[in-house]
Amino acid sequence: MSEEILAPLAGKIIQMDLEVGKAVEEDEEILVIEAMKMETPVFAPCSGTIKEIKVKKGDDVEEDDLLAIIED
Amino acid sequence: MTNDLLALFQTAGFFYLTPGMLLMWLIGATLIYLAIAKQYEPLLLLPIGFGILLANLPLTGLMEPEEGLLWRFYHFGIQWEIIPPLIFLGLGALTDFGPLLAKPVLIFLGAGAQAGVYLTFFAASAMGFDLKEAATMGIIGGADGPTTIFLAAKLAPHMLGSCAVAAYSYMALVPIIQPPVMRLLTTSKERTIRMKKGRKVSPLEKILFPIVATLVIILLVPAAAPLIAMFMLGNLFREAKVVERLTHAAQNELLNIVTIFLGLPVGATMNAAAFLQPKVLFIFFFGLFAFIVSTATGILLAKLMNLFRKEKINPLLGAAGVSAVPMAARVVHKVGSQYDKKNYLLMFAMGPNVAGVIGTVIAAGIFLTLLG
Repeated sequence: MSEEILAPLAGKIIQMDLEVGKAVEEDEEILVIEAMKMETPVFAPCSGTIKEIKVKKGDDVEEDDLLAIIED
Repeated sequence: MTNDLLALFQTAGFFYLTPGMLLMWLIGATLIYLAIAKQYEPLLLLPIGFGILLANLPLTGLMEPEEGLLWRFYHFGIQWEIIPPLIFLGLGALTDFGPLLAKPVLIFLGAGAQAGVYLTFFAASAMGFDLKEAATMGIIGGADGPTTIFLAAKLAPHMLGSCAVAAYSYMALVPIIQPPVMRLLTTSKERTIRMKKGRKVSPLEKILFPIVATLVIILLVPAAAPLIAMFMLGNLFREAKVVERLTHAAQNELLNIVTIFLGLPVGATMNAAAFLQPKVLFIFFFGLFAFIVSTATGILLAKLMNLFRKEKINPLLGAAGVSAVPMAARVVHKVGSQYDKKNYLLMFAMGPNVAGVIGTVIAAGIFLTLLG
């Protein structure tokens, strides 16, 4: 089963610590979006391994954009 | 020979320094310190602090009517109502009304948070302040610098400097003043309410909004026209997407230039004789009161709306109804995420936040209509 990580709000990705195959824990901070000059962390929705990454550091994202896919 | 030396010495400023001036230096230096060391609203408090120093140097003639350099900045920039509307042009170009249009119901929170402005007006006039002064102190609660300066210049110019400093100081202190009020008035269950996604807003709606809002607001409150007109023009530049150069100029170069010419003369109005009066303490007191009441009424209005709504609103969003953009929205997001780290309130809070700007301008327009 896989789960999508969606951008919770629009902004710029200023920090990202992800690579395909990396194991993450639920609620682990996986990237940081900057919006309104404030840094907002994004957390993994579930535990698993990163299957796909759709964005890179420096990208501008809209709300609900697909950031990455986690596989259980 | 000695007489000549004495005469020369007497043209120097030292001779004419008063204790009041030295005290004002201290106040100016404190603002400069807060701006540099603590980064409290440095864009405004730095030039204001320096302006205070300049205004309290004897014999300079800087604020001499018709002659002085700073007097000219003040007269042609602020008294002529040029600078606050130009600031609003830049703010309009920076403002995204998307979050407001996505959840239009949140506009009420921006209106509810103006209650502090009116309550302070009544409280101050009940305490014997004249109506124009009471209105000027009340508007501080809107937490909107240019609007405060705009209104003070028309209703109570003698209070302009202290009201501007109060407004900008409290804006810088938003992260300290608001959270205790927010925690006091909400339950931890309410603070963790997650908001449902807003609807998608089309580019056409974003173009129509500044035009329709201009027509409606100016027809309702004509006295708000200078600020609303420029605010919405800036926003139309932004959303039209065909005049990127103008959008860019309005939100960068122009905004930066007028900010310089706003802060300096505002500081220069604060000479010892005008500032060192008991009244100034009341300005700071009523300003803070207005600000706290506005925060509280925004939250309480959200709770009231929840009584009638199936889809609950996180009442923290009410605190973003004061128009300190985007500080109040950030504070809402931060307090919310302390109780649920996956609750992203920032963009929802921007809705009442930008509605609050419009609400404060309308409040100023109403005061001008009734008292101007």
